Amino acid sequence: MFSSPTVRVSFLFVAIALVALVFADVAITAANPWKDLGRFFMGIVTPDFFSSEGVALALLRTVAFAFVGVALGGLCGFVLSLVYRNPAVRMFCAFIRAIHELFWALIFLQFFGFHPLTGVLAIAIPYAGIFAKVYSEIFEEADPTPGRLLPPGTGVVSAFLYTRIPDCWVQLRTYTAYRLECGLRSSAILGFVGLPTLGFFLESAFSQGHYSEAGAMLILFYVLIATMPLWVKPKLLPVYILGAPFFLGEGLPIVWGNVERFFTQDIIPSPLRNGEGMGGLMPWLGDVMATEALPGIWNTLVLTQIALVATGLIALLTFPLISNHFGGPVRRTGGHIFLVIARSTPEYILAYILLQLWGPSMLPAVVALALHNGGIIGHLIGRQSSAIDLRPDAATGFNRYTYELVPRVYRAFLAFLFYRWEIIMRETAILGILGIYTLGFYVDSAIQNIQFDRAMMLILVTALLNIGVDALGRFIRKKLALQTMPTC
Amino acid sequence: MSGFDLSGLTASFGGERVIGPLSLQVKEGERVALVGKSGAGKSTLISLIHQHVGGTSSLVPQDLGLVNALPVFHNVYMGQLDAHPTWYNTLTLMRPFSKDSAAVRALLKDLSMPEKIWMPTASLSGGQRQRVAIARAVFRKAGLLLADEPVSALDGPMSHLVMDLMSKRFPTSVVALHDVELALQYCTRIVGIQDGQIALDEYSERLTSADITPLY
Repeated sequence: MFSSPTVRVSFLFVAIALVALVFADVAITAANPWKDLGRFFMGIVTPDFFSSEGVALALLRTVAFAFVGVALGGLCGFVLSLVYRNPAVRMFCAFIRAIHELFWALIFLQFFGFHPLTGVLAIAIPYAGIFAKVYSEIFEEADPTPGRLLPPGTGVVSAFLYTRIPDCWVQLRTYTAYRLECGLRSSAILGFVGLPTLGFFLESAFSQGHYSEAGAMLILFYVLIATMPLWVKPKLLPVYILGAPFFLGEGLPIVWGNVERFFTQDIIPSPLRNGEGMGGLMPWLGDVMATEALPGIWNTLVLTQIALVATGLIALLTFPLISNHFGGPVRRTGGHIFLVIARSTPEYILAYILLQLWGPSMLPAVVALALHNGGIIGHLIGRQSSAIDLRPDAATGFNRYTYELVPRVYRAFLAFLFYRWEIIMRETAILGILGIYTLGFYVDSAIQNIQFDRAMMLILVTALLNIGVDALGRFIRKKLALQTMPTC
Repeated sequence: MSGFDLSGLTASFGGERVIGPLSLQVKEGERVALVGKSGAGKSTLISLIHQHVGGTSSLVPQDLGLVNALPVFHNVYMGQLDAHPTWYNTLTLMRPFSKDSAAVRALLKDLSMPEKIWMPTASLSGGQRQRVAIARAVFRKAGLLLADEPVSALDGPMSHLVMDLMSKRFPTSVVALHDVELALQYCTRIVGIQDGQIALDEYSERLTSADITPLY
């Protein structure tokens, strides 16, 4: 068994997670966690859809920000994908997508304030980087022969429109639709930093103990995402995209003096701002690293590694729920509903809810990350396992799981898991805003102390850490010859 | 000028010589059939010639190079993308001009598939796809045709129809064929390839199929 490199790598990661568990702060600190959890579930089963007009408005704003942000990001990403071969463009895209939407929102909040532009750009910028990468991968996979057969003298645009776009169209559309779903989740959590989307209303409902109102919002959000194929139609898209900017809300006007001050003063490291020169910069940097960056990095890594293995466990445990090879239609439908809920709930919202119920520690974050990401991978692997044809006399039950299915889907499973490694880390960092001591916690504290120079430094560190993990994940996938499709 | 005179043609795969060195001269008006058993190097020779003469030829490769997501019309129209400005091509992608669709329909009629003009290429059979690639090459209006087994998926009468059309529309052609009878009937010159070398080069009227059989 240990002769297989995939098994060895798996056990290595499990061992790392076990060591990390020793250092992690995992506990339930709330006085009465189960009672709170019970009240929350009571709220879910007794949703109050008419408590205030806030619910409808929250959903409208959430959809509007998602459409404008994803459309803008898609457009910019498409243009960037055409020149993605350029190493400078590649690096630029890797950098902008390594910074989480919430971090972008925190940055823009400092100088655009609560203007709709803050929310739009927070989604559009990282999405542009992701779109550029995936679109360019899709274009690269297209059959090059038709392009070679064109008569010489064919214009670049004509050649592109005839030989690339039609071949890639279905994939481009599928991926963009998937991103729109992600955009809805991103848009929802932007509310947690004060933009007028779902997260904002959810947070206020929670803090006042209005669990039925919170339950109604969550249920409507699931319905919104689950019914996307019904209301997002190609013919209606232009209407949505052109109409959405009018539903972003007024926000507050931009004070251009703030914009100028932010770039010329706020983000300049304080020793330079105070004229101490390079001599003062080094101790400042050392201080940021020692007191904030290093503890942040350590906690981010510890939490990421635990969450990664927990994600894998959840995925392996849940994929049989929707696989054709187990259970009847009733159990499969139940499995589908569970996985849809797990993967449609943004991990940030899940973590927020669990943190309210269980009190501050790494545990809510681990559970939230594992449920959300495990739900996504479990869904993909389950679908893949249904496509496997078993011989008629194949083993049943647990033996079928261990002998027939897991060995067949394991490589794909690892590919998805290592693909999501970087995504999990990006989320781990951001969960710090909720009070877990990952990098996001230190970024958020620096911003609250109006130390934007420190905050920017820490965001830069976070971005580099993400780029590093992304590269490592790609290296391992290449080393183990694991293939993934981009829609994950 | 649609003939060519190439010498010193060689090709290697993984360090192993698969073609040449050989020379091939084709005069305008000649219709050359490349014959020989599979693996002899016919396809490699066709793509070598295409590399050298480049844009002045119409190529029908064995894998056809069709854009599956586009209808038949656009795959054929692609042969003349260079003849129109970008805005014209872009509009055509959305809504073809009637004179272009008439021209393409006429050509498809000669290939006895005019009713398929708006079908997505992906939904066609192997033989229909082959004819779409040939239509694209004809629509291109180059003087020289380079085709690699262009009728391999067509039945008897259809392959005669297509060979006849190609010999009428192209003054000069080099066509790899495994059907010796077709080669003798529609080509003026037979070039036999064996182990990457020219083993036979003769005018068709001086050959019978028995002369070619030893190559296989």
